[in-house]
Amino acid sequence: MARTEKKKDVGNHPIATGLVNLMWVVLCGLIAFPLLAGLLASFRPGRELVQNGLAINFDFTTMTLDNYKYLFGLAGGNSKVDSAKYFMWYKNSLILTILTVVLTLLVCYFIAYGLTMYKFKLQGLLFFLVIATMCVPFEILMLPLYQEVTTLGIINTRAGVILPGLCAASTIFFFRQYMQSLPKELLDAARIDGCTEYGISVKIMMPITKPAFASMAILCAMGSWNNMLWPMLVFRDTNKFTLQIGLNTLLTPYGNNYDLLIAGSMFGIIPILIIYLIFQKYLIDGMTAGAVKG
Amino acid sequence: MSKFKKLFYSQKVAPYVFVLPFMLSLIIFWAYPLISGIVMSFQDISFGKRTFVGLSHYTKLMGDKFFAIAVGNSVEYMLLTLLLMIPIPLVLAVLMESRLTKAKGVWKVIMYIPALTSVVISGMLFRMMFSEAAGSQMNQLMTWLGKTPIAWLKTKWTAWIALLLLCMWRWTGVNMLYFLSGLKSIDTSIYESADIDGANAWQKLWYLTLPLIKPTTIYVVTISVYAGLSMFLESFMLWNGNSSPKNIGLTIVGYLYKRGIEKNDLGYACAVGMVLMVIALIINVIQLVATGTFKKEDR
Repeated sequence: MARTEKKKDVGNHPIATGLVNLMWVVLCGLIAFPLLAGLLASFRPGRELVQNGLAINFDFTTMTLDNYKYLFGLAGGNSKVDSAKYFMWYKNSLILTILTVVLTLLVCYFIAYGLTMYKFKLQGLLFFLVIATMCVPFEILMLPLYQEVTTLGIINTRAGVILPGLCAASTIFFFRQYMQSLPKELLDAARIDGCTEYGISVKIMMPITKPAFASMAILCAMGSWNNMLWPMLVFRDTNKFTLQIGLNTLLTPYGNNYDLLIAGSMFGIIPILIIYLIFQKYLIDGMTAGAVKG
Repeated sequence: MSKFKKLFYSQKVAPYVFVLPFMLSLIIFWAYPLISGIVMSFQDISFGKRTFVGLSHYTKLMGDKFFAIAVGNSVEYMLLTLLLMIPIPLVLAVLMESRLTKAKGVWKVIMYIPALTSVVISGMLFRMMFSEAAGSQMNQLMTWLGKTPIAWLKTKWTAWIALLLLCMWRWTGVNMLYFLSGLKSIDTSIYESADIDGANAWQKLWYLTLPLIKPTTIYVVTISVYAGLSMFLESFMLWNGNSSPKNIGLTIVGYLYKRGIEKNDLGYACAVGMVLMVIALIINVIQLVATGTFKKEDR
C-alpha cells in the first residue's frame, strides 16, 4: 500500500514541482523588486525620484555614476562636505555596531552561564525576570529611560545608546538554550584539574559555545546597524548621528538631497548584506532558537 | 583577604558574580524606568517641575479623539498583520519543506534579505514606490490596468496597502524561517505512519503539522502582537514624519512620541504608554489562555 502511494506521488511530481518552483521564482522576484528598483534609481539623478517616484527603469543609456561620485566626494559643489558627513555617520554606525555586538555578547554570555551552569537560590526568579523584561515593549520604557539617561549624564554618548540594551533578554535566552544541551561533566573535570569557576567559563565553555556566538553576533549586528528610534533620541549632534538617523535627515519634502539619499541608502545596506551572505547559516539557527522550545 | 578571595572563587558565590550585570541592568534600566513611567503618568511635568495630578491624564485620554484614532489604527494594524503574517508564512514554510521545492537554499536566502534593510531605507523605497507621481511603480501599474494614477498615501485604505505590503515585504521571510524551524523539529516518522494509513497531503497538514508546530505558532503570534501594537517607525518613514493626512498613520507609539518628544508633555505621554502596556498584556494573557499554554507546561 505504502509503495503504491509513493509511486502515485512520484507520478504527480513534474507539474506540481513546476508550479511550486514557479511560485518561488515569482515570489522572490517580488521580494527583490523594491531593492532592485532602488539600486537602479541610484544610478539616476535624485530629482527624478522626487518628480516621478520610484519605478523599475532599465533604461541603461541614461544611467550615470554621478550619485556615487557625489557620495565619495568626487563631484563638485557640496560633494566633499556631504561625503565627509555621510562617511562620518557610516563610521559612527560601524563603531557603535562593533561595540554593541562585542559588549552585548560577552555580558549576555556570562549571565546565561551563571543562570545555566549552577544551581542557586535566585535562579528561578532571575530566569523569570529575564522573560518578564521581554514582555514589556521598549517603547513604553523609552520616555522614562530618556529622562534617566539625561540625568545620568550619558545623553548624546555611545554609552547612552549601548548600556540600556546591554543585557538583552533574547540573547541571554538563546545562550541559555544552547548551553543547556552541553554536558555539565566538563565543568567538574575542569574543577578537578584546578581551574577556577571563572577560568572554566572562559577557557572551557566559551570555545564550545562558538556557534551560539556566531548566530547572536549577526542578529545583534543587524539590530544595531539598523537601530533607529533609541539612537535618534540619544544622539543630539549631527556629527554623532548614526547612518540611519543621518539618512532620515536627508529625506526632506524638498528632495534636494536625494542624490545622496538614494546612493547612500544602497551603500548603507552593503556591510550587513556581506555579513549576512557569509554567515547566513548561523543566522538561521540563531533566530529560530526561541521558536522551537520557547 | 585570602578568605574573601576563597569565597569569591567558590561555587556558591560564582553564579551571583555572573548574573550581577543582569541584576544591575534590571534595576537601573528596566525596573526604574518602568516604575518612573507609572509615577510620571500621574504627574504633570513641565520645565523639570512635577506636580501630582492623579488620574487626570487617564480621564483626559478617555475623551482624546486622537488617542482613539491611534488605538484604533494600532489594533487594526496588529489584527491585519496577524491575518497576513501567520497563514502565508506558514504555508510557504510547508511548501519549502516539501520535496516539490528545488534550490531551497536560494529561496531562503532571498526571502530573508528584506529583513536586512533598515526601516529608514525600506520605508523610503516604499514611500517612493507609492508616490503620487504618475511615474511611480504603483501608478504605472494603475495606468497599465487602465486606471488613473492615485495619491496612494493620502487616503486610508490605499495607504494601508502600502503599510501592510511594507510589513509583509520585510517580515514574511523571517516568519517563514520561524515556521521552518518548527517543522524541522517534527519527527518525520510520524508522516511515514500517516502515509501507511493512507492520509493525503491536506489531512497531514491539518491533523499533524498544525498541532505539532503549535509552540512555534504561539511564539510567532506573540511577537507579532507586540510588534503590531508598537508599530511606529514604518508609519514615521512612510509619511516622512509623524503626521499623516487625517492621522491615517497615527499609532499609539506615534502618539506617545508626539506628546512626549515633540510636545514635551512627558506625563501625558507616559499615560499613553501605560495604556499600551495594559492592552499588550491583556491580549497576551487572552492568547496564552486560549491556546492552553498555561495548562500544559508551567515552567
